[in-house]
Amino acid sequence: MNDLSVQFEGVSKKYAHFTLENINLELPTGSIMGFIGANGAGKSTTIRILMGLVHQDQGSVHVLGHAMPAEQAAAKLDIGFVSEDMRLYKSATIAWHMEFIRSIYPRWDQPYAESLLRRFDLKPQQKIKGLSHGQRVKAALLLALARRPRLLVLDEPTTGIDPVARHEVLGELMAVLADEERTILFSSHNTLDVEQISDQIAFIDRGRIIDIDDKEIFLDRWRRLRLVLPPDVTLPRFPGIVEVGGSDRLPVLTTNQFDPDMVSACQNTGATVQAVDCMTLEEIFVANVQSRREGQAV
Amino acid sequence: MHSDIVISQTDGRPMYLQIMEQIKQRIAVGEWTPGDEIPSIRQLAVALRVSVITIKRAYLELEREGVIVTQQGKGSIVAPDPDLSSRLYDEELAEHLEQVVRLGMLLGLSSKEIVHRLREAIDRLNEAQLTKETL
Repeated sequence: MNDLSVQFEGVSKKYAHFTLENINLELPTGSIMGFIGANGAGKSTTIRILMGLVHQDQGSVHVLGHAMPAEQAAAKLDIGFVSEDMRLYKSATIAWHMEFIRSIYPRWDQPYAESLLRRFDLKPQQKIKGLSHGQRVKAALLLALARRPRLLVLDEPTTGIDPVARHEVLGELMAVLADEERTILFSSHNTLDVEQISDQIAFIDRGRIIDIDDKEIFLDRWRRLRLVLPPDVTLPRFPGIVEVGGSDRLPVLTTNQFDPDMVSACQNTGATVQAVDCMTLEEIFVANVQSRREGQAV
Repeated sequence: MHSDIVISQTDGRPMYLQIMEQIKQRIAVGEWTPGDEIPSIRQLAVALRVSVITIKRAYLELEREGVIVTQQGKGSIVAPDPDLSSRLYDEELAEHLEQVVRLGMLLGLSSKEIVHRLREAIDRLNEAQLTKETL
């Protein structure tokens, strides 16, 4: 068996005003990948290609061992998909939807669905049109989870829901991973959610994947150094410096290739290293996007 | 057993370090004793709602430090090392000392002055101890 649940190789898709370019990504079974990008960066297009909803112009896509879009019918039996614009029937109840999904998917797990109803604080007799946004997200997630899919694909699952609901949703996502056979890909611009639960992170901007790695490696590589320089001292050129901010005497270096040797190298020039700060995923994302955009100035 | 590990979003340190520290404290105060089985990586990830890779990182570092032992296919246990807690306090001392030096440097003190201040602190504590005993 292939231990990659998702594999994109050189995938491109051209639209009149937007191009998705040369997307390569691999998602090992049993892990979570968080997809971070600004609005319009290409997250949803990538996810639609993965689902076979949009056909790529170039490159190959394999999902759970099936070539997409050719074998999408077989693949979709094992994929649970939740997006922001999910189509639920407004005048039908949650119970009706549960029954409907159950009639299509043989692996529907009724006891699990009922426990999710309780945990998500949803009532089966509620009609979709009477639900709040957060309740609708939870209902859609319930319908996807109770099918016990091997791959969950979630487009912005935590956008616009309250903190308590977010906590519940993240908890259920982690619970899915408890058995090592299941895989999750989710997109978000809430970097805090991604930072918390993702094993792997992909940054996407302007239709390209600009960085992709294990989360721990991301967080390890990036550091911000705050220095105090004596007059007339210039710093050597360090590899991986993404940004130099601050002032002449009080420079702030942002690096994506941090190495403890950098600290002693700075000290050797006579500089005082005031702090070596870790960066949040959000800071890393913003610094990454800005430096790349400057580098490829339009 | 493990749900009382708390991860702070405002703590500047990476999550794996926070997890390591809390596991070490648990061992230092004797809540987890040598030879105890500890939660599997996935169990702890699910309980803390934190990615598997973060817990894996914390466990790997703890293993490297000799705090826990991982047996292939059998999960992890607290290392059967009797000096564990004193060693953990030793590490904490080293950390605090570094912090002291950093603060001293920030204040523009020389190494000599920092040592002197430490000496003063020791004398103060000794004196306090003495007055307590003579009372």
